[in-house]
Amino acid sequence: MIQGISIYEILTLSTIIFFIGVYGFLTRKNLITMLLSIELILNASAINFVVINKYLFPENLQGVYFSIFIIAVAAAESALAVAIIINLYKLITSVEVEDTEIMKY
Amino acid sequence: MDFTYTILIPLIPLAVFLLLGFNYGKIKPAISGWIGSLGLFASFILSYYTAYKYFFEVGKVDGVYQTFVHKWRWMSFTDTLHIDMGVMIDQISVMMLIVVSTISFMVHLYSRGYMKGDTGYTKFFSFLSLFTFSMMGLVLAANLFQIYIFWELVGVSSFLLIGYYYTKPSAVSAAKKAFIVTRFADLGFLIGILIIGYYGGTFDFVELTNPEGNVIANWASTSFMGLSVITWGLMLIFMGGAGKSAMFPLHIWLPDAMEGPTPVSALIHAATMVVAGVFLVARLFPMYFFVEDGYALNLVAWVGAFSSLFAAIIALTQNDIKRVLAYSTMSQIGYMMLALGVSGYDGHDGLGYMASMFHLFTHAMFKGLLFLAAGAIIHAVHSNYLKDMGGLRKFMPITHITFLIAALSISGFPGFAGFFSKDEILVAAFEHNKLIYFIGVFVAGLTAFYMFRLYFGIFWGKDTKYEHAPHEAPKSMTIPLMFLAFMSIASGYIHFSEYVTADKQSFEAHLNYPLAAIAVGVGLVGIILAFVFYKKPTNLPDKVSNTFGSLYKWTYNKFYIDELYLFVTKDIIFKRISAPFAWFDRHIVDGTMNLIGNSTVATSKGIKGLQSGKVQDYAFAFIAGVVILAMIFIYNWII
Repeated sequence: MIQGISIYEILTLSTIIFFIGVYGFLTRKNLITMLLSIELILNASAINFVVINKYLFPENLQGVYFSIFIIAVAAAESALAVAIIINLYKLITSVEVEDTEIMKY
Repeated sequence: MDFTYTILIPLIPLAVFLLLGFNYGKIKPAISGWIGSLGLFASFILSYYTAYKYFFEVGKVDGVYQTFVHKWRWMSFTDTLHIDMGVMIDQISVMMLIVVSTISFMVHLYSRGYMKGDTGYTKFFSFLSLFTFSMMGLVLAANLFQIYIFWELVGVSSFLLIGYYYTKPSAVSAAKKAFIVTRFADLGFLIGILIIGYYGGTFDFVELTNPEGNVIANWASTSFMGLSVITWGLMLIFMGGAGKSAMFPLHIWLPDAMEGPTPVSALIHAATMVVAGVFLVARLFPMYFFVEDGYALNLVAWVGAFSSLFAAIIALTQNDIKRVLAYSTMSQIGYMMLALGVSGYDGHDGLGYMASMFHLFTHAMFKGLLFLAAGAIIHAVHSNYLKDMGGLRKFMPITHITFLIAALSISGFPGFAGFFSKDEILVAAFEHNKLIYFIGVFVAGLTAFYMFRLYFGIFWGKDTKYEHAPHEAPKSMTIPLMFLAFMSIASGYIHFSEYVTADKQSFEAHLNYPLAAIAVGVGLVGIILAFVFYKKPTNLPDKVSNTFGSLYKWTYNKFYIDELYLFVTKDIIFKRISAPFAWFDRHIVDGTMNLIGNSTVATSKGIKGLQSGKVQDYAFAFIAGVVILAMIFIYNWII
């Protein structure tokens, strides 16, 4: 419970972050920035967990734990993604998403 | 007496075939010639040993020639239905062993000279051995099924040898023609075998041909379209025989088969394989004779008589010497068929049967000789055509004399082998059917004429200028010629009525002097006519052919039988029947399948566009889906 800030404002913030992430994921051409966009989406959901826990069920802590899980998963996922991108770079000397179309075949 | 060893007679050539065939290219030509000839020599010795044993020592018991059968079960379906392989030693199979081994051995010796320098020398000998194996197997076969297998094997080896010069398109098409025509005839043979097997209950020759046996006794039990089924079976089997023996109207392959090397023509298309049909009818002779009072046998007689006349007329006008000999072969085989057809069964009535086998034997000798001599001539002048020959007697004395002996023999000149066998045939025909007899005598005259037309045309006639002076053939070729010339005279003095008879008992056959005199007279007329026409180059032949005009043209074009076949197969079967079926198959049946296939491909092509491979497109679609679902949920449950 933060003084002077209601749940709506925080949820609005997380929604904005979420859609920035979605927008970034859809429009960026660089795989790294796409990865950053995914992190934004994950962060938005983590904020939601924390906020809803804090404002609606202040006596519980599950939401906080969940957000910690999300952060851990996001870290693992981005490590994996970066590894993939490095290998891809070795293969096609590029980190542009358009060049990965060969995966189709 | 145990005749089991006779199985070696076909197996030795088979071994030679495998040896030469698998080592093709590794064996030196000269050596492969020797291997082939030696293998055949072994079979040759064994055949003569068998003949000696059979005819002079153990064959005859109480005046009746015995049949020795050794068989092994090959395919057994049930207790009663099984197919055996075996060897059957009786009068005609032993006689055929002599014919096949003698001619084959001579042809092997001859080929060593004739094929010298040919690139496929080893291949040639391996095919010859394959043929000899199949032919020996055919004559030794103990049942209908086995004879059918070897029947097809000789067909295959004939195909291979006709198409031996496989770079020549005419040889290739001749090989195909021979194979297809005989295969068509063999279809009849196979159906005949199945009918006999089904209604007779056995394939075994001994049981089938036993005059007191079940099959012959019960021929009337089932009938089909007014005839006994057994008669139908026999007529269909004769169809197979007629195809192999080039009887009208299945003869069209034989003249074309002359595209093969000449030793092959001598071995296969003159002496051995083409008489397989005669052998087959002789093998089943008691059936032909007893079933339905010889209805099928009558057919044999008339087909034989007609073919012999038909072929003799065509032979008058052909210019390719091998083709004249081919038609002559067809005519002589017709003779054998008609002799079988007019034959009776018991004792002296069986004269026709004996005469047919006798003629088969002598014909193999002199016709083999004629072909081998023709091969020597072709070898010397490098042409098959009469117009390129003439005056050869000065260059090739041995070929000249041997050819003359063979020509006299086939013309039925007294003292030569053909005279004796032909006389017996004519006597048998005279006693049975006068019309057939007259056809026979007429054909004898024609035969003498066209043989001496060849003889004078080749060795006398005009003095052709040769680019290279023709020379006598090498020893390896002249020795077989001389041996066969000897046989062409000597084989006439064998008392066949003592050895080969329908009822397996000897009888006395004498020359019938009045009939012999008539036949000889007619033959002499033919020879004299040929002498007048062709001894010196004159314009007489042209005058005569002009007088006959269209008849000459018909004869020269072989009565347009080939064209008729082409018309029936190409214009009627291919165009009217096969073409619509082919159209239906290509457009309707294939079309349906193609439609299914094509529509599947088209659909997948359309869908494939959606799979762009761009990860953001997928993400967009996913998010769009989520948004739409969210809107639906909001609309339905919240508002």
